[in-house]
Amino acid sequence: MIDFFGRLSWDSIPFSEPPAMIAGGGMVFGAIALVIAITYFKKWGYLWREWFTSVDHKRIGIMYIIVAIVMLLRGFADAALMRTQQAISVGSNYGFLPPDHYDQIFTAHGVIMIFFVAMPFVIGLMNIVVPLQIGARDVAFPYLNSVSFWLFMVGVILVMLSLIVGSFAQTGWVAYAPLSENQFSPGVGMDYYIWSLQISGIGTTISGINFFVTILKMRCPGMSLMKMPVFTWTALCANILIIISFPMLTAAIALLTLDRYLDFHFFTNDMGGDPMLYVNLIWAWGHPEVYILVLPVFGVFSEVTSTFSRKPLFGYGTMVYATCAITVLSFIVWLHHFFTMGAGANVNAFFGIATTIIAIPTGVKIFNWLFTMYRGRITFTVPMYFTIGFIITFSIGGMTGVLLAVPGADFLLHNSLFVIAHFHNVIIGGVVFGVMAALTFWCPKAFGFKMNETLGKYSFWCWLVGFYVAFMPLYVLGFMGATRRLSHYDYSTGWHPLFVTAFVGMLIIAAGIGFQVLQIAVSILTHKKNQDYTGDPWDGRTLEWSTMSPPPFYNFAHVPTVDSLEPWWDHKHGKKIFPENKPYEDIHMPKNTGIGVIIGIFAFGLGFGLIWYMWWLVIASGLGIFACIVARSFDQEIDYYVPAKEVERIENELAIRREKA
Amino acid sequence: MTAHSANHHSDDHHDHDAEVKSKVLFGFWIYIMSDLIIFSCLFAAYAVLHTHLFGGPSGKELFDLNYVMIETFLLLTSSFTYGLAMLEAEKNNKSLTLVWLFITFLLGAGFIGMEINEFHHLILEGFGPHRSAFLSSFFGLVGTHGLHVTCGLIWMAMMMFQVCRFGLTPMVTRKLACLSLFWHFLDIVWIFVFTIVYLMGVM
Repeated sequence: MIDFFGRLSWDSIPFSEPPAMIAGGGMVFGAIALVIAITYFKKWGYLWREWFTSVDHKRIGIMYIIVAIVMLLRGFADAALMRTQQAISVGSNYGFLPPDHYDQIFTAHGVIMIFFVAMPFVIGLMNIVVPLQIGARDVAFPYLNSVSFWLFMVGVILVMLSLIVGSFAQTGWVAYAPLSENQFSPGVGMDYYIWSLQISGIGTTISGINFFVTILKMRCPGMSLMKMPVFTWTALCANILIIISFPMLTAAIALLTLDRYLDFHFFTNDMGGDPMLYVNLIWAWGHPEVYILVLPVFGVFSEVTSTFSRKPLFGYGTMVYATCAITVLSFIVWLHHFFTMGAGANVNAFFGIATTIIAIPTGVKIFNWLFTMYRGRITFTVPMYFTIGFIITFSIGGMTGVLLAVPGADFLLHNSLFVIAHFHNVIIGGVVFGVMAALTFWCPKAFGFKMNETLGKYSFWCWLVGFYVAFMPLYVLGFMGATRRLSHYDYSTGWHPLFVTAFVGMLIIAAGIGFQVLQIAVSILTHKKNQDYTGDPWDGRTLEWSTMSPPPFYNFAHVPTVDSLEPWWDHKHGKKIFPENKPYEDIHMPKNTGIGVIIGIFAFGLGFGLIWYMWWLVIASGLGIFACIVARSFDQEIDYYVPAKEVERIENELAIRREKA
Repeated sequence: MTAHSANHHSDDHHDHDAEVKSKVLFGFWIYIMSDLIIFSCLFAAYAVLHTHLFGGPSGKELFDLNYVMIETFLLLTSSFTYGLAMLEAEKNNKSLTLVWLFITFLLGAGFIGMEINEFHHLILEGFGPHRSAFLSSFFGLVGTHGLHVTCGLIWMAMMMFQVCRFGLTPMVTRKLACLSLFWHFLDIVWIFVFTIVYLMGVM
């Protein structure tokens, strides 16, 4: 029993590092307070029955988004630490973060923002919206949907745990080999990285397959592919990207794992390993990944623009083809992340040209949104603010991207802050603005009340102004030669004023996030005033607005039959999509199951055991997961019928609510 | 519950089974496509690293084609016998389904036994994955395939148990169809492994 704890000991807890202890301590106290509160209000049973074991796509989507918001705060805290460090660590002052800690922070920031903020936001939105938009009652594999969520949660918990038990990777968010090999990163940090990404990545692949099948197999009668709402189209393309690209991440990390755990030599410096193979594999996943994030928010902007301009989307067909073109092109541009590797002029030229070509379908989209707004009766709501902010900001970011796609220019700008400015320009201006727009747009659908408009607008202005103040200086700094991942520099560089400006920008963004948290709190407290009884608060156009807010668990009492692009809009103008006076029928629904949670618990044991070399835990957890799969395989009672009487009762209640409005 | 609604339910169940089967099989196809991408990454790694011998032995010195031929023969035959099991399942012949599944299982287990034996010898001779990047990529690729076959065998054992226990219900035949896809898929991957790793390796 000597090896009971593997390499875990009291020394693994960083008592001597005040910043880590403050953050970790805060997190632990927060968690304990939460547990006490739930216990005090006797909510465990409710949470277990109604949420943790739920296979309802709307509830799973809401859980994804709640976690994403919490993780946004963590990721932003990392960003704030970096900005503060860079603003003060100049000349003889070395700031408050030692280099090894600073390295952990920028790695955690990247990993968290991409995997545990942007991804769950986007997947959460798909969960809530896609089945409603296609007139389905659930996703294709509801139980797997729950498994996906809990595997994602394991990744989140492992990353958060690395704050207080051990440390996180210091390699940057894509963990280039050979730096990420045992020789240079011997500690647990890299293993936390590996297992949190591997486990949550498998969950993402399952989600991708689930939604792909849902969209292709479960659309309501009459909804051909070219009658699908744009958000569903972009979700479909994003899921194709997930299905093709995430296995590459799985493979890349698995090979790295073999190197680290079993003395293989895929990417090592010696014994013939090839580190550039890792760089290729990780970016062959990594580039499609950015489109997984941005395509669905393009869909969001399309829905928002057309709804608030009170016009059909301009150029629906071109929007769909542009999305598909980007989907294909995103797989042949990965090398632009390492032009300087030395692949040769011809290879660089190919990837450079392929990259610039992506600007064309993206440009088509920008013009489609502009023409949708042109002569529309625009209502300036929060989602619309974010959309207009996006169009301007994203265009700038796109253009700096085209600049970086020129290999000659990239040799100068590679690894400089110009790159950082560029991708924050497209990710904040694109993905973040998009999910913020989506949050206010679909909040009434998910919860039954609208969010506070005024605070939302304050938040928008802080985000917008804060973004420009924080990141425009980085473009200039990049030209001045400032490299990324820098924790200290000299006065003579002349960079200090610009770093201070960026710091101020960070403060403004902090205010934006503050207003957002306030907006959520105020909206919840005053939800009675902003209740949406109609199910259609924005005078919407697609099917999700045809059901109540929040929708009953079966979504639609009668499955609609559609024959146009905007069925709900047409329904409101006379072309009925729901049968009238038809008696209700029994509805077939999946039963809730706790197996997703239990698999998650074992997967956590598996990951934790592997990180700390606690082999007994690895074996026990592995057997546990296997037992869950077997148990599920033998379970024949996985679904049930909601009797027509029950449907009628619920629908009558909803009708009474609608009358009240 | 009235007779009418009971009838309605059994009709509905029938539709429902067909619908579930079509979704599950389609989803399983997509899963196989995504698994194929993992294999293509491993093949790519092998293509890059197979010349990185670092003073260690090359495939030409290590591989025994006759031995691998027998392995290949076992696996390809097992795909055929699985097909026979599916035919019997469609005829609703429970005992013959079980017989063919069992034969498939034995053939698959024979394949895995031979592979483990091959690996064991290589490692004993000091030519394990640590020896060179070539051997790392060899063990990575062939080992991943072997791991898949092993999972397939465990799944097959479970399915034999389920056929005994539940009979050839829609749920069981649906799972047999998925396993069938999986098993043939591993066969196809093996054909590429055999060609690219072993045949081209000794060339």
